[in-house]
Amino acid sequence: MEIKRGIPVSPGVAIGPALVVDTEGVRIPRRNVDKAQVSLEIQRLQTALAAAGADARANQQAISDKLGEKYGAIFAAHAMLIEDPELVREIELLITQKLHAAEYAVSRTMRRHAKALASLNQPIFSQRSSDLIDIEKSVLAHLVGRTGDPLQGLQEPAVILAHDLTPSQTANLDPKYVYAFATEAGGKASHTAIMAGVLEIPAVVGLGRLLMDVSGGDEVIVDGNRGVVILNPDEETRERYLVLQKQFGTFAKRLDELRDLPAETKDGTRAVLLGNIEFPQESDHCNDRGADGVGLYRTEFLYLNKTEDPNESEQYEAYMSVLRAIGSKKPVVIRTLDLGADKLFHRSDIQLDEKNPVLGMRSVRLCLRNLALFKTQLRAILRASFHGDVRIMFPMVSTLMELRQCKMILADVKEELDEERIDFNRKILIGTMIEVPSVALMAAEMAKEVNFFSIGTNDLIQYTLAADRTNEHVASLYNAGDPSVLRLIDHVIRAAGKQGIEVCVCGEMSGDPIYTILLLGLGLRQLSMTPQNIPEIKKIIRSINIEEANQAAQEALRFETAREVNNYLREQTRRILPEVVVN
Amino acid sequence: MTIRQTVAISNPNGFHMRPMAAFVETANRFPCGVTVTRPGKDPVNGKSMLGLLGLNAPQGTELVIEITGPRAAEALQALVLIFQRNFDEEPEATR
Repeated sequence: MEIKRGIPVSPGVAIGPALVVDTEGVRIPRRNVDKAQVSLEIQRLQTALAAAGADARANQQAISDKLGEKYGAIFAAHAMLIEDPELVREIELLITQKLHAAEYAVSRTMRRHAKALASLNQPIFSQRSSDLIDIEKSVLAHLVGRTGDPLQGLQEPAVILAHDLTPSQTANLDPKYVYAFATEAGGKASHTAIMAGVLEIPAVVGLGRLLMDVSGGDEVIVDGNRGVVILNPDEETRERYLVLQKQFGTFAKRLDELRDLPAETKDGTRAVLLGNIEFPQESDHCNDRGADGVGLYRTEFLYLNKTEDPNESEQYEAYMSVLRAIGSKKPVVIRTLDLGADKLFHRSDIQLDEKNPVLGMRSVRLCLRNLALFKTQLRAILRASFHGDVRIMFPMVSTLMELRQCKMILADVKEELDEERIDFNRKILIGTMIEVPSVALMAAEMAKEVNFFSIGTNDLIQYTLAADRTNEHVASLYNAGDPSVLRLIDHVIRAAGKQGIEVCVCGEMSGDPIYTILLLGLGLRQLSMTPQNIPEIKKIIRSINIEEANQAAQEALRFETAREVNNYLREQTRRILPEVVVN
Repeated sequence: MTIRQTVAISNPNGFHMRPMAAFVETANRFPCGVTVTRPGKDPVNGKSMLGLLGLNAPQGTELVIEITGPRAAEALQALVLIFQRNFDEEPEATR
């Protein structure tokens, strides 16, 4: 049994066989075989070893011819490893005595040796472990064939273990077969993590070294509540988690019963809980949890993986399908395109060579330079606004001038629609996201320009602390509880209050139970989050008095470090609602 | 008959993959048993890459090569030569 700790990004507990995904895309289909099949497995093993050995020899020849014998020799070493009598004996023993399938036996053996090498504490030698992994892949490829993307066409349940998953890989995971996933890289607020929450797949990221210690088929527990991954659990641990899995189910069920109750404190302060969505189908997730509306509708999916920009009617249809699902009385806040030029592959005309895209031409900056693209989206949003409480929100605004420009263009588009006698809501509410520290500091002035603020904590934290949340080396700096972040949020809420405009938080922070008391106490009455977090947050709100929250917020503002803030808030949350899972 | 000789690793990369392969290949040409020992550790099979990989012998360490069986002297000479020739790598070219 081995326990790894990472960052929990999507709640739930799952137990299942590991599917190790690496760049080669080799998948180990099963762990054990029947006794009667042992001799067949040995035969398969020998065939695969011979083929892999031949590959290595061929490589040796090819590389020697190309680069010189010295470089070819490395593949001679690979061949000799593949043919190593001790190695073969070890693998065969696992097959004959433990009834392992050939693939699993190969993987177990190679990874055990790779791990031993990696732990030698000598950089020169420990790097050789990657040679062993290379050989493992080669033998496995001959045993199971190269399967292309191992995540496609899953036929049986699995817990996915990978170095990293791209957001699109994650988005395409089939929750029916993927019980959970865990990755070496990644941080709490990466898009991969966000997608896991959307799909309701338990997930832990940022685990550090993991893949070397695990073989496909190993039993794995992923505890998405606590950020723990357990490899080959012992019987006792396994039992404990089966119970936990059941408990989580019942807690989730109790939360379900809150669906139709208001998010109201014990002493009657009402909060509005909204859902963040990316795809129109997620509107149902909001309704299922009794969301008061959609606080953030991300529209990027309309633009991704396209050969041309989405046209007006395509966008209008997407917005209308959300509106139809949510209803015309509840707010739907549509955020205009929030992408970097680097993601718009089909637009070779706006591809830039940017050294630092996160600080570059993205989001509203990109839209203001590509007015046709921007205006098309604004037209579609305005047209949809005629049919419900649609609101429009600009992302990534960093100066007052930018916001004024956006409003001017919106006014232009309104005028065009008027001339064409096309209906839209003339009083459509306009908001700006507060996610760049510059506008957080200028909140008093910004508040005079808009009807609402939405604090995008993910970017606000990233830009305030200058730390990339997906970079495992600096991810620990990225912390919602950092006093600098708290002060900015406090400042923005006060500025909004003074001007009498609405303010909402729509980052991951709003769905994290440890910050609920704080945000409420700072004066927030609107929170927008991944729909699945709504019941839990509602439960917390319904368990406190507003005065308690106010005091806790004032107390939290006094601390000097993120650690103190988080410890304090965790304690408060546990005190108020012991069964809530706080990390 | 068993004979043994101590060799020193002078190569900055230590006893690495490529010379290991040469070592195993050479050892396999002889019918005798070959073990390699890093002083203080367990001996490993000199005809196994995996065994040699586990030696962890960086520059400055010593290894004891031990040969048992027919043509032992001949085998020992061939194996020691690999170390004496610094794995056929130019000192300045080894990086």
